[in-house]
Parts: sequence; structure tokens; C-alpha cells
Amino acid sequence: MKKELLKFLLFSVLMLLVPLALHGSYLMNVLVFVGIHTMLAVALNLLLGYAGQISLGHAGFFGLGAYLSAILTTTFGFNPWLVMPLAAVVVGLIAFLVGFPILKLKGHYLAMATLGLGVIIYIIINETVDYTGGPSGLSGIPNLAVGTFVFNSDIRNYYLIWTAALAVILLAVNLTNSRVGRALRAIHDSEVAARVMGVNARLLKVQIFALSAIVSALAGSLYAHTMTFVSPASFGFNFSVELLTMVVIGGLGSIYGSFLGAALLTLLPEFLRSAQDFDIIIYGGVLMLMVMFMPGGLVRGVPELLKKMLGNRGGVGNA
Amino acid sequence: MPFDQLLQYALSGLSTGAIYALIGIGFSIIYNSTGIINFAQGEFVMLGGMLTLFYINLLKLPLWAAIPASVLTATAAGLLFERLAIRPLRKPTPINMVIITIGGSIFIRGLSMLLWGKDTHSLPPFSGEEPIAIAGATILPQHLWILGITLVIIAANKYFFYHTISGIAMRACSYNGRAAGLVGIDVRRMVLFSFMISSAMGAMAGIIVAPLTMTSYDVGVMLGLKGFCAAIIGGMSSGAATVVGGLVLGILESLGAGLISSGYKDAISFIILLLILFIRPQGLFGKAESERV
Repeated sequence: MKKELLKFLLFSVLMLLVPLALHGSYLMNVLVFVGIHTMLAVALNLLLGYAGQISLGHAGFFGLGAYLSAILTTTFGFNPWLVMPLAAVVVGLIAFLVGFPILKLKGHYLAMATLGLGVIIYIIINETVDYTGGPSGLSGIPNLAVGTFVFNSDIRNYYLIWTAALAVILLAVNLTNSRVGRALRAIHDSEVAARVMGVNARLLKVQIFALSAIVSALAGSLYAHTMTFVSPASFGFNFSVELLTMVVIGGLGSIYGSFLGAALLTLLPEFLRSAQDFDIIIYGGVLMLMVMFMPGGLVRGVPELLKKMLGNRGGVGNA
Repeated sequence: MPFDQLLQYALSGLSTGAIYALIGIGFSIIYNSTGIINFAQGEFVMLGGMLTLFYINLLKLPLWAAIPASVLTATAAGLLFERLAIRPLRKPTPINMVIITIGGSIFIRGLSMLLWGKDTHSLPPFSGEEPIAIAGATILPQHLWILGITLVIIAANKYFFYHTISGIAMRACSYNGRAAGLVGIDVRRMVLFSFMISSAMGAMAGIIVAPLTMTSYDVGVMLGLKGFCAAIIGGMSSGAATVVGGLVLGILESLGAGLISSGYKDAISFIILLLILFIRPQGLFGKAESERV
């Protein structure tokens, strides 16, 4: 546990220092997105990597969070700080309630059901034009502010988002190293065995699903307030797949792997601007290749590869 | 609600339902022989329509030649998909399979987008556009083509699975792959067959529906999901139950679009999907099975 804490501190210091090197660069803006995507990927990883339950509907929870914040602060003029926990609780509650019937399903059926849920949320966002503005989106969402200090520049947003992202990482690290984390891994390996050992698998799966949805909703609210604009296109099935890709690339069941996946998938398109239409092919190809040749993700696969290449000199730690 | 309007919705629902049924049977064939839900199924439907268009526009083939050519090409794509993505997988856990077939589906979609662009195209109808009046409702000749071709495919399917040696071998694999292997059936080859058959059926579905609904590189997702929905209603059977599932879904969707709102049309099938998965995961007609650990 001490080692984990040290790793976390090191990572935090690193992330907080990054702006010193990149201050003023447009990359700061991209790094804000890396932060949001990290929150989402970690949330999905808790469910997929630890509990072994797939979700193809997380973009829906992300979207619900974003739209609840957007609508309540613009149309109804509520305080953004008040709306954020409210949105998280509402989304968490929804996830908790649908979690019971959905998580009874396994494997492919679970994938399809969560996918269906995500698409339904997307359609609702798209069709309730009176509230959401429909396909053209909703603009004029206020930035978050503390007193007169408004989070309206890249650097301010960077610290805002990364404070939240680091909090989520810390939560996840703690959770996975706790009793609950062990119970989740037990469910992953064999749900029946876990139940025999006294784990309330059904409830625990639903709880982790709800927690994962709450974090996603929170990321959604933050997204809405930093972007000041939301449109349904950001919350469709494709984004759920993108999240899945991040988690798989980084490594299932590795928190920092999720950061790595989120960073790669967010930065890569920026560098591949000229090859923009290729990104969809690259996602697909990478997903297949990773599952085939590096099922542990980069955090496990790369050290393993290095080990093989260097012979067995020096043990390489696992993240 | 006047009767002729209801009849109109039901008739047009019937032909979309037939398409869902074909796609759903494709899902079931692969599921029964491998236990995999092929998330790339919809992309073969898209390939059917887009390839036909490609053969007509670029190679100037007539429609009657473009159709078999594109079915063959899609079948070859299915074969490659199984050989290159499914078979080499070392740990075929359900989650890995979901991810790899999703990866495959995005890959195929992306490739089609690069090759043929993002525009929406329409395929010429097989025979004229003169509407036919039936008891106050009208249908297009293409609707009849869809129903007719679907019937033929389902009949051929039935014949294949019950009266040819390969079909019977495939059914044996679906009951118990290991036992099938023990009596000398090449299980891997049957898996390959199942991918080829279902990509061919998917492509055919994509071709016959393209004149009605237009086609583009991204139509596969929705069509695939609706097909899956039909298969779920039918309890993943590759026979009549899934056909009924598809037809019921098509008609409900068409009624929903007409009576409620066309924007929510897609939501209707997903709500049905969720309800069935929650309440009767074994399908509307199936018996519950207890799970063995």
C-alpha cells in the first residue's frame, strides 16, 4: 500500500508540473481532455478490468452528466457547483436501478444490453429538443468559478480537471487495494467461487457499476463547464468504443494503464491531424491487435516485451 | 386510426422485419457454432449494399451480375475476418471476443469510409418504382422482392442445415463441439463456414434493403443491432423463431414510428431488446435453461 501511495504522489507531482513545461502551448487544451478521458477510462476500468463486467454504454452516463449540468445551469440558472453533485447522484441512482437487471446478464448479452442502454440515452438526448437543443447542441454553459476566480483559461481548467482526475485515481487505487477490490477480482475470476466465499456478488457488481457511472457523470459535468458547449455527437456509441479502446490499450485492471490509454488516444489524433480519417481504422486495428498479441495492455505487454528482448536481465515491475 | 393506415405501417414493417430476420439468423448461425456474438455482423450488411454500388458504378456491371459479385466479396471478407481475427485469438473469453469483433467492425467501417467516402448512396430498385395498391395501402415492388428473397434464403437455409452433410455437421457442432470433433467433424472448418454463411446472408440483406433505405459506410451499426434484437427475441435460434422475432420487431418499429414519433423509432427496438434480456433472456419462445458451473 505504501508503494502504491508513493507511486500516486510521484504521478501527481509529475502531472502538476507538466504545465511549467508546456505553459501557453495549445497542448494544454489537449491535456485538459486527457484528464477528462482519464477519469472516464479509470471509471470504466473499475468495472471492466477489476469486476470483469463490460459496458458499452458509458458514453451515455458521461452524456447524462454533461447535459444535466448544461440544462440546469443555463435554462434554469442553478449554481454549477450545486448541480454537479446533483447530476452525479441522479446518474448514479439511474445506474443503480438499471444495474440490477442489466448485471444479471453476462458476457455478450451484457455488452449488448449496456450498448442498448447507451443508445437509448443518446436518442433521448437527441430527441428532447426543447431541453437539449437536439442535434445542434446547447451552448452558453457557464464556466465554473470560485468567487471572482473563473476557470476560463486552459491552464486554470488544467488544474481544475486534473485535481478531479487525481482524486478519481486516488479513489480507484484505494478501492482496488481494499477488501472491495479483492472481492471484485474474485468476481472477475469466478463469480460462483466469489459467492461461495461470501461475496455478495450481485450487489457489489451493481455498486461498482453505479460508482463507475457517477464518476463518468462527474467527468461529463466538468466537460460541459470547460467546453461551455455540448452536442449529442460527443456521447454516442463511438465514444463508448473509444473509451473501451483506451482501457484495453492501457491494460485491463491497471489504473495508470487507463491514464496511458487515455493519453495515447487523445494525443495521437492531434499528431495525426493530416491523417484524420484514418483514426477510425487505427482504433479498429489497434483494438484487434491488442487483444490478439498484448491482452494485458501496454503496461504489462511492453515490460514483458522488453524482458524478452533483453533476456532475463533485471526484473521489470508491473504497474 | 383508419384501417388502411395501420395496414400500411404493418406492410412496410413486414419488409424491414424480413431484413432484421436475415441479419438475426446470421447472428444465430455464428453464435450457435462458436458461442460468439459477432459485433461485426452489421458491417457485412453494409458491405453488401456498398459493394453492389461499387460494382455497378465503377466496374459498370449490370445489377444481376453486381449482386452475386458483391455477395461473394462479402463472403470472402467474412472468411478473412474469421481467419485473421477470430481464429488466432489465444484466450477466447467472451470479453475478448466482444472487443475483437468490435475492433473488426470499426476496421471494416473505417476501410469502407476511406474507399467509398462518407456520402449516402441509393441503389436502383430491382424492378420499377410503380407502387402497387393492396386494400387501400400501397407497397413498392422492392418490398415484394425483399419478402420473396428472404423466403428463398430461409428455405435454402433450412435445406442446408437439415439435408446436406455440411449443414448437419454444423448443427452437430452447435450441440457439442467436442463430441462433433470426436466423430470426425472438422470443427474449425465448420466455424469458418458459419462466418461465411452469415456474412453472405448479411450482405444479401444489405443489398435488398439498399434501394429502399439508402446506404452509406455507417448503416451497419443500426442494422446489425436490430438484427441482434431479432435474434434475441427468437432465442438465438437460426430458424422460424428468429424470423418471427424480426417480423415482430419490424412491425412494432414501423407502428411506433407512425403512431408515436419517427425520432424514437430506434429507441423502441432497444427498449424491446432490454425488456427481453431482462425478462426472458432465453427468447420469447424458449425454455429457461439452468446454468451449469
